[in-house]
Amino acid sequence: MAVLELANISKHFGAIHAVNDVSFAIEPGEVVGLMGDNGAGKSTLVKMIAGNFRPSHGYMRLDGKELILHRPVEAREHGIEIVHQDLALCNNLTAAANVFLGRELRRGVGPLRILDYASMYRRAGEIFKELKSETRPRDLVKQMSGGQRQAVAIARTRLSDAKIVLMDEPTAAISVRQVAEVLNLIRNLRDQGIAVVLISHRMPDVFTVADRVIVMRRGRKVADKRIAASSPEEVTGLITGAIEQV
Amino acid sequence: MATTTLDQTIEHRQRSSLAAFLGSQTFWVLVAVILACIFLSFATDSFATTKNLYNITRNVTFVAIIALGMTLVIITGGIDLSVGSVLCLSSMVLGVTMHAGYGIEVGIAASIATALVIGAFNGVLIAYLGFPPFVVTLGMLSIGRSLAMVASNNTVVFEFGPDHNLLLQLGGGATFGIANPVLYMIVLALITGFVLRWTRFGRYVYAIGGNEHAATLTGVPVKPIKVAVYMISALSAGIAGIIQTGWLGAITTNIGAGLELQVIAAAVIGGANLAGGIGTAFGALIGAALIEIIRNSLGLLGINAFWQGAFIGGAIILAVLFERVRNFRQSE
Repeated sequence: MAVLELANISKHFGAIHAVNDVSFAIEPGEVVGLMGDNGAGKSTLVKMIAGNFRPSHGYMRLDGKELILHRPVEAREHGIEIVHQDLALCNNLTAAANVFLGRELRRGVGPLRILDYASMYRRAGEIFKELKSETRPRDLVKQMSGGQRQAVAIARTRLSDAKIVLMDEPTAAISVRQVAEVLNLIRNLRDQGIAVVLISHRMPDVFTVADRVIVMRRGRKVADKRIAASSPEEVTGLITGAIEQV
Repeated sequence: MATTTLDQTIEHRQRSSLAAFLGSQTFWVLVAVILACIFLSFATDSFATTKNLYNITRNVTFVAIIALGMTLVIITGGIDLSVGSVLCLSSMVLGVTMHAGYGIEVGIAASIATALVIGAFNGVLIAYLGFPPFVVTLGMLSIGRSLAMVASNNTVVFEFGPDHNLLLQLGGGATFGIANPVLYMIVLALITGFVLRWTRFGRYVYAIGGNEHAATLTGVPVKPIKVAVYMISALSAGIAGIIQTGWLGAITTNIGAGLELQVIAAAVIGGANLAGGIGTAFGALIGAALIEIIRNSLGLLGINAFWQGAFIGGAIILAVLFERVRNFRQSE
């Protein structure tokens, strides 16, 4: 059964149709590349799944149940995790502090509850191990490489039982070696049965790691194909409009 | 290193917390304070006397207590210029209330409430209406002192009604040979240090200063916490005002004038970063101590008091220069 299903989703801002009648479904453990030029409607679509916007028309289903989100926090409660393009990290805090930001572990009783450093370091270390990333929980994020910073942002999604992870341009601003690291992180998420939506401009990344590619143009879905059945040339054509629809 | 496993890498601690402390600005300012004390003990006969040490420790407290609150504000990336005026207004509310015949409990409650209301006003304008902290608290600097003049009709208050002696004992007395204000300072510093290190509130204060946008995205209640830190800052000024009133035994409408700059200097010398995200309670005390020792030593060494500003200003620049040099080395 599909973990996330979008049915005839549209979003209008006044006269502007940012997203128009888009439907697709994502299976558990599937990596879907979401591609499209600037203004194609990718961000708007993702923001609806993330709870930032409510769809004007259509509905979403999570595990077969209708999904209505009013605020981003509700998306997280439903097991939808977002890795923001700027990663949303605090440089002055440790990796573990960033992983647990907003969800700190505490011990003690009643109002006298103190931060449980030991448990947070241990759990963060376990997650980095799971993600096969050489990231130390006690290090300040300030001192970390782009790949490690991505690992910290992705580790957040592993705190709860995430069903689906949306990643916004995770490889846009990092070095080639670190891109390989991030793609490995995505594979590790997939191997644990998590569905990943990878929003990216980088054709090689999508073709390396995704199972399927969805292409948007001017608010509409113009392609939804298995990676094996497509090619970078075809996707480029679809993005620019040289190929109308497949 | 080539043979280390992933486990070892993750478990590895790059530097211990002791090493981190030894490399911090706070540590080096502490070293400076200790060296200055040793030097002054030998260079003058009057420094290492019980009376002088008693005076120094008590004089430190007023700036130090407010610097604790200011450090929280600075960690969030803000600034509070109104603390000197809040100290004056809180003292005046205390004085006027007690002078009118109310007991010390009522006076202190009214004084603390005044401080909290002002802090909340600052905080709401900054957090919810998006005012720059500099502007709001600059405005409050002016408003606070003006209200103190209105409340007292610009007179000196020196009679505090039925609990007069109790108030003087509270601020001017001593327990086990240590001035009462010093004890209050130690307790408040311990509380502040605990809150910053061990509570979720403290963690969020650092997170807001590090990356406010990230804090918002991860669900940190940024706005309420910002209001809270400005309330804490005003509260610390209010508490310092009450203690200082008890010590001085009189309130004029110009007490605390220019105090905000000394307080900010203490926080910054102690390692708080005005860009936000960095600062400690211990640092605030050390910074305040260094300023007081400079002031005290100039007098004892017979140096013209007009040099005070130059030395304190030099200390601010030196302390931050040290931090800059360390950053240059790291980034190379």
